[in-house]
Amino acid sequence: MIVLVLVLLVLFPLLPSSYALGVLTDVLIFGLFAMSLDLLLGYTGLVSFGHAAFFGVGAYVAGIVGIYGGPEIYFTLPAAIIAAALAALVIGFFSIRTAGVYFLMLTLAFSQMVYAAAFKAPFAGGSNGLAGIPRPTLGFGLGFADSIAFYYLVLAIVLASYWTLARLVASPFGKSLRGIKENESRMRSVGYNVQRYKLAAFVIAGAFAGLAGALRAQFNFFVAPDTLYWTTSGIALVMVIIGGAGTLIGPALGAALVQVLQNLISSYTERWPLLLGAVFILFVLYAPKGMIGLLEQRKQVDQETSTQQAKSANAL
Amino acid sequence: MSTDTLSFIAIQFLNGLAYSLLLFLLAAGLSLIFGMMDVVNLAHGSFFLIGTYVGLTIVRVTGNFWIALVVTPLLIGALGLVVERYLIRSLYNRSPLDQVLLTFGLAFILMDLAKWIWGANVLALPAPAALDGSVALFGGQFPKYRLFVIAAGFVLAVVLYYLNDRTSFGAVIRAGVADREMVSGLGINIALVFSIVFAVGIGLAALSGVVAGPIYSAFPGLDFQVLITTLIVVVVGGMGTYKGSLFGSLLIGEVQTFGQAFFPDLALFLIFGIMAAVLLIKPAGLFGREAVA
Repeated sequence: MIVLVLVLLVLFPLLPSSYALGVLTDVLIFGLFAMSLDLLLGYTGLVSFGHAAFFGVGAYVAGIVGIYGGPEIYFTLPAAIIAAALAALVIGFFSIRTAGVYFLMLTLAFSQMVYAAAFKAPFAGGSNGLAGIPRPTLGFGLGFADSIAFYYLVLAIVLASYWTLARLVASPFGKSLRGIKENESRMRSVGYNVQRYKLAAFVIAGAFAGLAGALRAQFNFFVAPDTLYWTTSGIALVMVIIGGAGTLIGPALGAALVQVLQNLISSYTERWPLLLGAVFILFVLYAPKGMIGLLEQRKQVDQETSTQQAKSANAL
Repeated sequence: MSTDTLSFIAIQFLNGLAYSLLLFLLAAGLSLIFGMMDVVNLAHGSFFLIGTYVGLTIVRVTGNFWIALVVTPLLIGALGLVVERYLIRSLYNRSPLDQVLLTFGLAFILMDLAKWIWGANVLALPAPAALDGSVALFGGQFPKYRLFVIAAGFVLAVVLYYLNDRTSFGAVIRAGVADREMVSGLGINIALVFSIVFAVGIGLAALSGVVAGPIYSAFPGLDFQVLITTLIVVVVGGMGTYKGSLFGSLLIGEVQTFGQAFFPDLALFLIFGIMAAVLLIKPAGLFGREAVA
């Protein structure tokens, strides 16, 4: 299954549709963004409503470094990652002092502050956003200006990030995060410095969100202040929830569903946010474990019916 | 200080007061819903904005601001009843997070619905004719309408205090905030109380929206601006307390108004600075009782 998906992803650019390739590039970028949020939401139990702040900081920094510094990938991407991680360190330092809904409110409020700052900052282009962001280059005349080359760059980075995150959540560190999610006071009483673990998770998630934001800016040659708006945090949250929190594949599936739906529906109606909100509410009400949860349920039902069939066959 | 400066400061103080009292109506509703139901209503700003828009439509149809002022909160409050009954109630036995996510989805829907119905332009609600113009005050001019907002805001603050502190329904609410199981154990219909609390909270947001209409106008995006400021108020004041909502609103409202008058570029960051400072010193808010973390 995994091999099949990988082969399809690698062969996809053979299709002659540049539109579909664009959608898939966006799916991969948002998949990474959603996965980074799930490290907080699904693995650590930190419900951040302000993840767009780091996505946006990554996008703006990649843009600014790309425009004023140079398009070399060794500068733009590390700069974006470091800036997003620093932003996460500062916001996280204040936010993790609280828990539950307070944490949620604080992350939302801080991200709206970053959004307001992007409007005011002279080098960020205000409400016009930042245009003319170059695609990354490797130096020696090599680069990723071409859509197909850029797609492969994104694919490689997203797969490497997925691998890193998968290793991370399977590591003792990741198990400690899950311990914090399940029972924070127990982790504290067995001697874990829970706050430090939470801050570390927050910074790592921020860094990966920044990486996704940087790729998004380079993909579109452009960053709008909307990138930092609450709706961007909201879309990541929707992707995680309808995909399935607490898995890495779930958020990627959620990203794929949301992006594909958006592209299909936007050509018929402008009422996309309304539909997205409605789909989201339906998932929250009836499928809180997301698509992954639905698939597992289906599998269980299948198994039960097959054992029942086996039983009745035996009875006959 | 010259009399001009003093007059400027006095006028700004009154502006801040009007703004604070609008914030108070929002914060009181948000804080009430949270205190009672553990739900942070992320659609609170959306109901505020819808309140302004509905008020505007009523004014356009009837030509009367006062009808809009009375009818809008009732309409939106009724909408709150429906939302509580058919959406939030089905999530009572799940984690509070699921209910917050639900209100978040609602904010998406209301945002788009408002844009669909009322468009994306800035729309102003006309002030009632009787309150048009301004009066001489502190050696300056002050809009009559804002004086009305201050007076009405104070009356409402007193009424809410009375309802919360002196009536038996208020006692049920305060008891419910302190210990929900105990209240339902005493034979009080907690589901009904939740419905009323949610409807009243939303109605207050809509009322604030109508009252704010002639001062601030309505536009897409105002919903979350208002929500964020209200969240800051309740974080600073302390969630679930009347006192916290009142003093938090006054503090944030005045600081933001004076900030905008003296350092317009930094006003927003000023209130975030206050929030960060409160979190460092007293994470439960200035009037919050329980430990948060």
